[in-house]
Amino acid sequence: MSDPISRDDVAHVADLARLRLTDDELDHFTEQLAAVLEHARDVEALDVADVAPTAHPFELSNITRPDEVRPSLDRDEVLGQAPSTEAGQFRVPPVLGEAP
Amino acid sequence: MTDTTTTDLAAPDAGLPGGWQMVIGLEVHCELSTATKLFCGCPNQFGSEPNTNVCPVCLGLPGSLPVANDAAVTYAMRLGRALHCEVKPSVFARKNYFYPDQPKDYQISQFDQPTNIEGWLELPDGIRIGIERAHIEEDTGKTSHVGGGGRIHEAGYSLVDYNRAGVPLVEIVGKADLRTPEQARQYVAELRSIILAIEVSDAKMEEGSMRVDANVSVRKADEPYGTRCEIKNLNSLRSLVRALDYEARRQIELLEDGERVIQQTRHWDEADGRTHTLRSKEEADDYRYFAEPDLVPLDPSAETLAAIDASIPTLPADRRQALATAAGVTPVEAAMAVERGLDDLALAAIEAGANPARVMTHVEHNLAADEAVRLDAANFAGLVTMETSGELTATQAKQVLAEMVETGGEPGAIAAARGFEAMETGALESLVDEAIAADPEAWAKFCAGDAKVTGAFVGYVMKATKGQADGKAVTELLRRRAAG
Ligand SMILES: [Zn+2]
Repeated sequence: MSDPISRDDVAHVADLARLRLTDDELDHFTEQLAAVLEHARDVEALDVADVAPTAHPFELSNITRPDEVRPSLDRDEVLGQAPSTEAGQFRVPPVLGEAP
Repeated sequence: MTDTTTTDLAAPDAGLPGGWQMVIGLEVHCELSTATKLFCGCPNQFGSEPNTNVCPVCLGLPGSLPVANDAAVTYAMRLGRALHCEVKPSVFARKNYFYPDQPKDYQISQFDQPTNIEGWLELPDGIRIGIERAHIEEDTGKTSHVGGGGRIHEAGYSLVDYNRAGVPLVEIVGKADLRTPEQARQYVAELRSIILAIEVSDAKMEEGSMRVDANVSVRKADEPYGTRCEIKNLNSLRSLVRALDYEARRQIELLEDGERVIQQTRHWDEADGRTHTLRSKEEADDYRYFAEPDLVPLDPSAETLAAIDASIPTLPADRRQALATAAGVTPVEAAMAVERGLDDLALAAIEAGANPARVMTHVEHNLAADEAVRLDAANFAGLVTMETSGELTATQAKQVLAEMVETGGEPGAIAAARGFEAMETGALESLVDEAIAADPEAWAKFCAGDAKVTGAFVGYVMKATKGQADGKAVTELLRRRAAG
């Protein structure tokens, strides 16, 4: 976090998030994200040597539910939310390449 | 496992040309057979009508929250322990990617803190294959491709069914310890046996409840690892063996032509027997993993782990060893009986005093996996004893066994009902004399030491007794007659 975020970093993240940004927007967001990271640096300045890392803000673990079936949704209602459907399925643009 | 292969590639020689060696690591996804999905109460069910087992959680609708399935977590830990892994405090993580098989645009998986780490699995010949990790994650939905002949790169559009989205999986990441396609086959077969023994999945490769991806590279002995390719779409053990062999030879050909292997994912085509690269965007994996904020860590107590350990039955490797010791064979020779679940029957029969060699022969050749159910071990032992004492010939014993499996009957009664009685030695002797008299020319040859004509006499006696005579006893009588 010591280096400020670069314009290329922002372009890469935008690409991963499937966001098409103009040159102006790239400049704009690079500046904004740099400010966010600058704020995070305040936290980095704290001495946390004696604090154990946590994965969650609450001190909770092992929250589970019993393996019991609950009713699913009505399919017509579900598919009614989709822009395009066919044969009980969601219809989407052709998928190129492979699933990651 | 009905899927067998006739490959003669024995470890550690993969049968490759020019001193090349294969390095294989497998990633196996296994669907857990829970009643519900990993993070919601939708049924975990194969073969339902599309999009009928879906809810706001597994559709990724705004405001929905996942809660981990207790049984899925327990199953995953049981599998980890059965693979001799250390079960660690673990954290779920989001794996971010855009593909319509995940409606949330991320998959809940585990990343730097997986549930199970550092285990191993033992092949029948005693070689241990390392397990790097076995982590919990949710399955994806199913996409199918319509138009352009159904081939993915020509698809007109795609259809998505989210019934499978959110089904609990364990991904078992093996170390690159495998050296031949046959070892890879044994590894998957062993893993499947373990999974079935601890009852956490039905592990069917054909139905996709067990899916194998293979990383393979080639190198000359003692050289560093070469560039690897990942092979997907391996739907049977036979496909796995064929695909690995094809892919290794493809890479060797490239390298020997002075070209290089490009790291990529390739799909196995069972029909044309080749691996193919899919048209995909040239983009390095960048999943931007981060801890899943909607789920809390898993941190099983010592009591929980002790209960999980106690729930694990004797595993195939130990069962092979037990049968091998009792029957006086090697663990490799005991493997088939264990794979078919016939080892308890064999052990009980041997324990009851039956001849171990005859027991193993019946178990390997005359019984199928699902046939042990109706067979009482004491009756099975009784049959083997009747056979070894000469009351029944091998052929008769086989017929009686088949009927025992069919009816659950007792061997003595079945043999009596079929008229199988040990032929009086006197009756057999006179038939042998008849056979000798019928072919004096062959008899002269036999007496001169020509064993090839033995069949003519045995055949005569068998015909006369409708196959009920003991071939070995006939041969013995012939020898005695010839000796004068
Ligand atoms: Zn659901």
